[in-house]
Amino acid sequence: MLRKLILLVVAVAIVGLAVFYIVTIPATVPASALGSHTPDLANGKEMFFAGGCTSCHATPGQDDKTRLGGGLGLKSPFGTFYVPNISPDPSDGIGKWSEADLVTAMTKGTSPDGLHYFPAFPYTSYQRMRTEDVRDLFAYLKTLPAVQGRVRDHDVPFPFNVRRTLGGWKFVFLDGKPFAADASKSAEWNRGAYLVNGPGHCAECHSPRNALGGIIAAQRFAGGPNPEGEGWVPNITQAGLKDYSDKDIEYLLETGNTPEGDSVGGAMTPVIRNTSQLTPQDRRAMSVYIKSLPPVEGPKKPEKK
Amino acid sequence: MIRTVLAVSAIAIGITAVAAQSDPIAQRKAIMKEVGAQTKTGGGMAKGEVPYDQGKAQTILSTYVDASAKMPGLFPENSKTGGDTAALPAIWSNKADFDARFAKFGSDAKAAASAVKDADSFKTAFSGITKNCGGCHENYRAKKN
Repeated sequence: MLRKLILLVVAVAIVGLAVFYIVTIPATVPASALGSHTPDLANGKEMFFAGGCTSCHATPGQDDKTRLGGGLGLKSPFGTFYVPNISPDPSDGIGKWSEADLVTAMTKGTSPDGLHYFPAFPYTSYQRMRTEDVRDLFAYLKTLPAVQGRVRDHDVPFPFNVRRTLGGWKFVFLDGKPFAADASKSAEWNRGAYLVNGPGHCAECHSPRNALGGIIAAQRFAGGPNPEGEGWVPNITQAGLKDYSDKDIEYLLETGNTPEGDSVGGAMTPVIRNTSQLTPQDRRAMSVYIKSLPPVEGPKKPEKK
Repeated sequence: MIRTVLAVSAIAIGITAVAAQSDPIAQRKAIMKEVGAQTKTGGGMAKGEVPYDQGKAQTILSTYVDASAKMPGLFPENSKTGGDTAALPAIWSNKADFDARFAKFGSDAKAAASAVKDADSFKTAFSGITKNCGGCHENYRAKKN
């Protein structure tokens, strides 16, 4: 009897490990899956600013935001992540990457050496991007200056530092679906929805997260505690922005000025540095989409001290 | 009796005024509030929601010039906390940068005061000047709770 029980436990454990192994295999996009493509550098630049790459990847403390040497420390409840060098430097950056490597990184969250990236890199949003947009971005990144210097390892304690377990996280929080347009809405709205949910990755900060660090889908865009520590990230659904017209949102994305006469600050300031570089049409589209978000109440703010 | 009441209230008003003057936190908050009110007006004109008004434009710009001159002096060492201030400690560890940012804000506003002639020139100048707001609010103002 006991023997049977032990055998059963062992069998279950083996099956469990096998399932874990299969589920957590890092997904990739093979180069053969990419057809021919003529890169559009202007679109690549638009994606670069819509994606906010420079806000995390630019070397801190320098004015030139196109030098993507990395090194910024991103604090999180799971440890501190040090943002990698994504300049075209061949040894320290992404100079040796192929197009498929970047498509894999951004849409599957897998590195060229087959490891899962931590979701501090917002591939949960970037997975919605069109392959051609990522390819144009790749071409644009290649035009930026190469910066030497490898960035230190992440400071993430056990068990979060076991990369393979991120495969389980992805199984739950990464659906692998590209952006799906809503045919009942205008082309402008759909462009905005794409930019906000895909490259713009607005929901990554403007949504509350659960204990595993996944976005709480029912409260998407409803704000919550600042994932980097102090303060509060505003609700950008109509529960928070009902007094903002779509024009107000558009103007905020261009200038950082709120309709109350205040300016945004903190982590939103670098976001505005990026959105101010977008075409007016793209800012307009994002505003139309954000203004359309139905009101959703977010987590309760703590009482003011 | 009425004389006493008047005298007491005069003294009370005097004390309040002196307190406000010697309270840099209250002073800088009042200045920022005025800057915000002017920026609201400016934003309305820049967005074309309210018609352009040359006089209002000049008031906005002179408010900025004035604020940028006064603000750097309102952050003495003993005003780091209290009074519900949103000022971050980074101000005092980077005071030179902090002051330089106000100086730039002021000189941008001063330059605009002579350049701004109509709605279009205002719109361009205004969005340039107000970029300075976010530059300071990025590192020197606590996120609102």
